[in-house]
Amino acid sequence: MSATTAAPVWTKMRPKQGALSRLFDWKPFLAFVCLLPAVGLLMTFLTYPLGLGIWLAFTDTTIGREGIWVGLENFIWLMDDPIFWSAVFYSVFYTGVATIGKFALGLWLALLLNQHVPFKSMLRAIILLPWIVPTVLSAIAFWWIYDPQFSIISYVLVDALGWRDTNVDFINTAWPARWSLIAANIWRGIPFVAITLLAGLQTIPPSLYEAALLDGASGWQRFRHITFPMLLPILAIVMTFSIIFTFTDFQLVYAITRGGPVNSTHLLATLAFQRGIQGGQLGEGAAIAVSMIPFLVFATLFSYYGLARRKWQQGEGND
Amino acid sequence: MATVSVRQALKSFGTTRILHGVDVEIADGEFVVLVGPSGCGKSTLLRMIAGLENISGGEIAIDGRVVNNVPPKDRDIAMVFQNYALYPHMTVRQNMAFSMKLAKAPPAIMEEEVQRAAKILGLDALLDRYPRQLSGGQRQRVAMGRAIVRHPQVFLFDEPLSNLDAKLRVQMRSEIRELQQRLGTTTIYVTHDQIEAMTMADQIVVMNGGRIEQAGAPLALYDKPANLFVAGFIGSPAMNLLPGKVTPEGFRLEGGALLPLPPGAPANAATYGIRPEHMSLAEDGVEGIIVLVEPTGSETQVTMRLGETVVTGAFRERVQGRPGATLRVMPDLSLVHLFGPDGGRLPS
Repeated sequence: MSATTAAPVWTKMRPKQGALSRLFDWKPFLAFVCLLPAVGLLMTFLTYPLGLGIWLAFTDTTIGREGIWVGLENFIWLMDDPIFWSAVFYSVFYTGVATIGKFALGLWLALLLNQHVPFKSMLRAIILLPWIVPTVLSAIAFWWIYDPQFSIISYVLVDALGWRDTNVDFINTAWPARWSLIAANIWRGIPFVAITLLAGLQTIPPSLYEAALLDGASGWQRFRHITFPMLLPILAIVMTFSIIFTFTDFQLVYAITRGGPVNSTHLLATLAFQRGIQGGQLGEGAAIAVSMIPFLVFATLFSYYGLARRKWQQGEGND
Repeated sequence: MATVSVRQALKSFGTTRILHGVDVEIADGEFVVLVGPSGCGKSTLLRMIAGLENISGGEIAIDGRVVNNVPPKDRDIAMVFQNYALYPHMTVRQNMAFSMKLAKAPPAIMEEEVQRAAKILGLDALLDRYPRQLSGGQRQRVAMGRAIVRHPQVFLFDEPLSNLDAKLRVQMRSEIRELQQRLGTTTIYVTHDQIEAMTMADQIVVMNGGRIEQAGAPLALYDKPANLFVAGFIGSPAMNLLPGKVTPEGFRLEGGALLPLPPGAPANAATYGIRPEHMSLAEDGVEGIIVLVEPTGSETQVTMRLGETVVTGAFRERVQGRPGATLRVMPDLSLVHLFGPDGGRLPS
């Protein structure tokens, strides 16, 4: 061991930075580059079609003929169209009833699944099934279930049980068809609601229920004073999404009734498709589609501002 | 106010037994601390008294009434949870009034009770805040306020101070104790912190592995620990528990060193217990080699090696000395604890 041997001299070098590397270190450029793919996708697949749709709504474009700007003419025309108004009515009715049904049943299911039940994880998986199946497939299944001749429900009621003499009329007259479609939509929408609300329920600390138990709260009071208010923020977001999906629904109605009988089950989306694509009146179809926007904006604003942020969720600050 | 009796309480989760027949008698107005290491069953026992866990066997009585099958809300108890369990969507006022609201109390009485509790706890200015806007100590007070307004027969505390920082913990400790003395309500308090237990309790119940090791007044436990577990658990720094055997010259440690025995010491002693604070520096003492010196200001804790055995001493004197230096220490013979081969305390 000799302490006198000098250690080799070595100075730490800073690596030289190239021009490209300096460019990427420049924040504005980096931000621009990172945003580019997302912005590109959004512009191409969201902004452009939406803009094109809105533009078409103010033209008289048909398939095979470039349209000219006609101002509000499409909308004025629609104002006097009873089928359009019937579609508006049914869209609102369909969304309203189906949303209530989905949330009542979905919340109920979520509460059940939040308890200690046997085969809990299997039940959760089963509940997700209607949501996993492609909508068109489940719509075709419902089409069969609702079929005037081959409906399984009719078969059970008429042939197996003998409770009825005639087959059930599901989709052959206006009101039964409307209710049948709502039932199919509820069936399809429950999993989304149940699973998201279940996730919300699981974020509520169990000690709150224990504290409430000691405070003397009954089962209903625990739901009313603890579960429901604590679930409200998530409920609001899920409801916003659900309303948007339901109001713009197309697949179920198109596959089961195509808007019939006699246009009684047209939603705005199916009517827009029928007029715009099948009827070739692109301008008019676009106008129908565009007329959905105010409804959606209103529904979103209502559930978002009406239910979402609560004072107790915010951190600092007194008021 | 009420007495609480736990008789032969059993608790099993499936086939795992958590409590093996526990007996506790709590007098009216007493402050009892259940203390023990994690998993000893102390919180489970508290939750059984609260009614949040069912009782697998034995009996629990509050004020002479067996409550085994009485739902929590009818037991007339209030509980403060470790995480406080404040309702985040209610203001402090609503949190405190919630139980009265459920019981449909008239608003005037609710407000009066809330104001009274808020005054006691110094929460007057915070009544309209939400829990999110409070500090840890304030939340703790709200949780206590929620318990106070109900005038329960028994207060239950489940490790209420473990989420607070050290300084606040000391402060809240005395606040809880003062409050209990003022209200005179029977209180059961669970903690794993033996200092909390020592400073707050009228009676300490030391639990380990689902059994009670010893119950008694804090100083009785400190002076006469019934067994090795209690001896090692109560007191800080912990008692030196030194295995060895009795010889004619004294107590021969396994590490080789020889410690003096008090006169009339039982011959079957297998463990020699001496608290660090009951050792003193003495010229004629046992020689030790310093391993570590930790001055705390008021005293100096010295970890040293007697023979091969590591022993801690706490001295009033400011011991100077580097690791490796020697010093001579002497146990106070009147305060030596001797334990038999089974770990039980031997009479001396």
